[in-house]
Amino acid sequence: MVGVGGDPGRRITRVPGVPRSARSATLRDAVGLGVAVGLYGVAFGAAAVGAGLDPWQALAMSLLMFTGASQFALVGVLGAGGGALAAIGSALLLGTRNTVYGVRLAPMLAPRGRLRRAGAAHWVIDETTAMAVAAPDRELGRLAFWVTGATIYLGWNATTLVGALGAGALGAMAQAALDSVVPAAFLALLWPRLRRGAPEAGVQRRVALGGAVVALALTPFVPAGVQVVLAVVAVALAGRPRTREVAG
Amino acid sequence: MSTGTLWTVVLVGAAGCYLLKYAGLSVPAAWVQHPAVVRVVDFVPAALLGALVAVQAATSDGALVVDGRLVGLAVAALALALRAPFIVVLVLAGAAGALVHVVGG
Repeated sequence: MVGVGGDPGRRITRVPGVPRSARSATLRDAVGLGVAVGLYGVAFGAAAVGAGLDPWQALAMSLLMFTGASQFALVGVLGAGGGALAAIGSALLLGTRNTVYGVRLAPMLAPRGRLRRAGAAHWVIDETTAMAVAAPDRELGRLAFWVTGATIYLGWNATTLVGALGAGALGAMAQAALDSVVPAAFLALLWPRLRRGAPEAGVQRRVALGGAVVALALTPFVPAGVQVVLAVVAVALAGRPRTREVAG
Repeated sequence: MSTGTLWTVVLVGAAGCYLLKYAGLSVPAAWVQHPAVVRVVDFVPAALLGALVAVQAATSDGALVVDGRLVGLAVAALALALRAPFIVVLVLAGAAGALVHVVGG
């Protein structure tokens, strides 16, 4: 689940204060998280092919877009029969999160020169941000960012290709299974934001429910995929004053 | 959608997502730390994911549809509530959808 919801720092284990063990603990956590997240690319590769992309397009998305929630949103809209603009729009909406992460990471990474900044930017996602901000100091934060980024990048792309090539061999029952996996994947991405103890979980729940209701209500009337983008706009407009109050 | 259009969607979407990342490392922090911007960014994912869950689980070709996907979603919700790992949630949801397909024909 590259670049998906949840709060940076939440699932990171504590790093002991001793420098050497702190370094190896950071490495171990970064590689462990990378492997776990990378495996999930199988689901994306299969979903992308199910939505009508060919395996190379699926792989191109993981190589070039490299932010899981946006990738799932794009193929989700296409799979529902949506148009090009709706698909791109929903991917970009979810991608705005990474901009905020970049702002948070910029002082820590302090990438010198355009080339290094351009390289670092590609790996600014949920997990690398989580690992970097959870590290005990700046140097370990940078280490965590690069190691997590490299591990996830390799795993996510390799497993995307596996999922995309494997999807072609699916029968009707496997297709039914895959159809159920995609909404479950979105729910799993959403869940950490709604869980008790998450920041403003109550507001997040109302926002998520609002998005779902508006999208379903619009489904018969607008082209596929557009209802998803409209739902976000509607909830943003309707919810703003109230979320302010709750935020207090 | 033609192969050419699909490639365009993939490449334009990827370029846009990359520019959003690059902007974060490049713009003055004050721009993005504006409270209104932070609020929107905090809540857009929930609205979007909520909408995607609903559309993926309960619609097909512009109509509301009830099928095995909703059963899979319910199973996924239960698994998530029990704090099952991500991959387990997906496997259980897929198994539930496949089961409904077999039972229901």
